[in-house]
Amino acid sequence: MQITLTVNGVERTAEAEPRTLLVYFLREQLGLTGTNIGCDTSSCGACTVHVDGQSVKSCTMLAAQADGLSVTTIEGLADGDELHPMQKAFQENHGLQCGYCTPGMVMAAVSLLDENPNPTEREVRLGLEGNLCRCTGYHNIVKAVLACAEQTDGAPA
Amino acid sequence: MIPAAFDYQRADSAEEAVALLTEHGDEAKLLAGGHSLLPMMKLRLAVPSVLVDVGRLDDLRYVRDAGDHVAIGALTRHHDLHTDPLLAEAVPLLAHAAGEVGDPQVRHRGTLGGSLAHADPASDLPAVLLALGGSLVAKGPNGEREIAATDFFTGFLESALEPDELLTEIRVPKLATQGWSFQKFNRRAQDWAIVGVAAVRAEGHTGVALVNMGSVPLVAAGVVEAVDSGASAAEAAERAAEGTEPQGDINASPEYREHLARVLVRRALEESGLS
Repeated sequence: MQITLTVNGVERTAEAEPRTLLVYFLREQLGLTGTNIGCDTSSCGACTVHVDGQSVKSCTMLAAQADGLSVTTIEGLADGDELHPMQKAFQENHGLQCGYCTPGMVMAAVSLLDENPNPTEREVRLGLEGNLCRCTGYHNIVKAVLACAEQTDGAPA
Repeated sequence: MIPAAFDYQRADSAEEAVALLTEHGDEAKLLAGGHSLLPMMKLRLAVPSVLVDVGRLDDLRYVRDAGDHVAIGALTRHHDLHTDPLLAEAVPLLAHAAGEVGDPQVRHRGTLGGSLAHADPASDLPAVLLALGGSLVAKGPNGEREIAATDFFTGFLESALEPDELLTEIRVPKLATQGWSFQKFNRRAQDWAIVGVAAVRAEGHTGVALVNMGSVPLVAAGVVEAVDSGASAAEAAERAAEGTEPQGDINASPEYREHLARVLVRRALEESGLS
């Protein structure tokens, strides 16, 4: 079937089987490999993207379900060479080590601040419960999200 | 992991969804948020040959005051339940519990109707609906019918829905709530409850239901009877495991689950204001 998405502001169309998961469609049909596949079972959050502005796990959504909708991936956050405030906050606070969870973690964090612009530390930890990181112990990730909220006064996007 | 091949049909109305179900019978499954069905399809635990996507039926996404009850469209997502001001005011137990399902990404996609129709005894919201004494509206080729929550969950992952029926609305009575509680015991964030308890105390209604204490979500009938006869929270909680058949698994033995049920019911009743 033919699937059309608005990805990072650009309309993209490709052919895919109905059973194609959104994450495979993004990576293999559209070549957007910034979104990682981790557990493939909607546990780890590495594949988190935004669909119509909300964080979703793209391994648990068919590309067909997103047909006609707007999708933002990690590639769509930066403004040219200017990193998104959340990306900058992760860099400045050392919120990553191996980097595998990072695209999903950043997308989840941006969605979190959209819904709760000035979260407490506990709210950040709960808000990222859908994303696993095996390197950092989460501490610097939480620090980065709180720093981003403070720096942008609750308006990161 | 990728599901086995299927035909994909997107329904543009509830009527069209029912017509597609009637046409394809047992071979078809409804797809709402997909957060229960797609994982099962990846594991080949479900292999439908036709998926009828009802995810665009936005007219089944609502929370409305309907006089003596709150009417909720079956496709209302967990996140929208959790953040709905009317629901928070009228049915705080459901608004709160919807925010405990899965994780934020899951709550952005998963729907109330999908979770109930999936009828997983380990899910949070079936027990919540049982405790509240709610009902469900199913639409089939011959019209609509209302099913009490207590008649809806018929077996492990089985509901009273016919293969050609679509869940359209969930009705929750507007109780004069005196207290409520939702207890979810698990070891890791985002896991299913090892045991969970939904409790509500209201004028003329005591509701206590259990998550993951058998093959279906269960009303804790002994506890309700004890509370209604004037028992204390601790006394009533002693009856929490009556009539349950919890499974043993990697997380807990049946005996441990029974112990958890008694502890969590006591906490739930105390949090609901019963001393």
